[in-house]
Amino acid sequence: MPTPSRYWREIPQRYRLEAKKCKSCGMVIFPPRLICPECKGREFEDTKLAEKGKILTYTIIRVPPHQFVDQAPFAVGIAELDDGVKLTGQIVDCDFEGLKIGQRVRIEFRKIYDEGEAGILCYGYKFVPE
Amino acid sequence: MREVAVIGVGMTKWGELWEKSLRTIFVETALQALDDAGVDKIDSMYVGSMSSGIFVGQEHIASLLADYLGQTPIPSTRVETACASGGLALRLGTMEVASGMSDVVLVGGIEKMTDVNGYEATYALGTAADQEYEGYHGITFPGLYALIARAHMEKYGTTREQLALVAVKNHRNGAKNPLAQFPFEVTVDTVLNSVMIADPLRILDCSPITDGAAALVICPVEMARKMKKPVIKIIGSGHATDRIALNQRKDITWLEATYQAAKQAYAMADKKPEDIDFLEVHDCFTIAEICVIEALGLVEKGKGGKAYEDEITFLEGEIPVNTSGGLKSKGHPVGATGAAQVVEIVKQFRGEAGERQLKDPRIGLAQNMGGSGGSTVVHIFEKE
Repeated sequence: MPTPSRYWREIPQRYRLEAKKCKSCGMVIFPPRLICPECKGREFEDTKLAEKGKILTYTIIRVPPHQFVDQAPFAVGIAELDDGVKLTGQIVDCDFEGLKIGQRVRIEFRKIYDEGEAGILCYGYKFVPE
Repeated sequence: MREVAVIGVGMTKWGELWEKSLRTIFVETALQALDDAGVDKIDSMYVGSMSSGIFVGQEHIASLLADYLGQTPIPSTRVETACASGGLALRLGTMEVASGMSDVVLVGGIEKMTDVNGYEATYALGTAADQEYEGYHGITFPGLYALIARAHMEKYGTTREQLALVAVKNHRNGAKNPLAQFPFEVTVDTVLNSVMIADPLRILDCSPITDGAAALVICPVEMARKMKKPVIKIIGSGHATDRIALNQRKDITWLEATYQAAKQAYAMADKKPEDIDFLEVHDCFTIAEICVIEALGLVEKGKGGKAYEDEITFLEGEIPVNTSGGLKSKGHPVGATGAAQVVEIVKQFRGEAGERQLKDPRIGLAQNMGGSGGSTVVHIFEKE
């Protein structure tokens, strides 16, 4: 549960989708790391995540963690974006029955949950079927 | 390196132990292991616990438990690798005995999970996932394994019925284990009609929330022989990591840490998958057992589900898996599970497994996994 400092330092990734591109192998890395998981390179250039991709796998959460109790049931999936990055997030504005692997989605900026311990409204990315 | 043997085991009845505290559960279990080994003095101890801080608001339990076990001032260490904590406690204790630093070491694990409500417990278990990039979005542990299950079904044609058969088999074994939390049988129909938790996983695909502990006493093989104990040797040990966030892995359906830990353990023991007589593996969810037997090399990649239709992993099958009932039926007090797997292996070797006894097994393997597979510990045991 985010305190203000913890919430604040993730804002570049969650709000602006800031990612890194490895200068030696070209892999797009999200979240940013100090060492490329692919080639161990340490030099990166800034980039922004592709905003579209496809669903690799998904589930419907029916028993949620306590801070998500008022939202259940909700869909969560892993999407592979068009730049190769794989990302976990909620799939919204969809009919659960109609969800399928391979489905095209776009990233939208949404509220994730209402209130952390410090009373913060928590925002971030979610997937919306195209 | 000195060879190491397991000379004592302890495990009490698991379940919702409302009337017992973390320290009481652990000490009762540890005393059982010490009595079983016939020792009252140990040189050191290692205790696996995933999250005593969230579950009971108590950290620093290594010293607390050494104190209540009457063993201070010996060194005592708490070990944490999520649900693989108990297995890792055994590995570290084994290294200490093998190195000659200590002779008699108690290793075990404890989790007291029912002092918090279900949502809190779901949150606590969820901390084994990547908090910023998985947990933040509301994913739970059943949810992570549901993501694996859906991907496995899509890629390999694994069926819902095959998943259910894992629960059917483990409950059939667990019904023969008086210490199990849920010692009853279930049918494929019951599993497929049980309440949905995270599609496609239902409640009977999930291991339960459990209070419980397990403990083992280990010492050099030479000492075990002098004590005239049945010699159960630890002949292989492996430990490996993977990216803890499922989304960071190349193949969502493959447990690389289990494959790597097993590779180390097989090499150290000079054994192959076909040499193993029986196994205790980490079936935190039905899909997990299917992925684990693939990563351990018991079946080909993608063929795990089929093994349940063919019943090769059943009690009477070619290679029995989870004769204890597994996490599914026996229970899953997360930090204790890795040690409890070894309790079952020792009971099978000694012929103390009652109705679920196998016929004279010689080689057993225990696989204990943390998170959605981000850490795994594998041990191989041989009865002398």
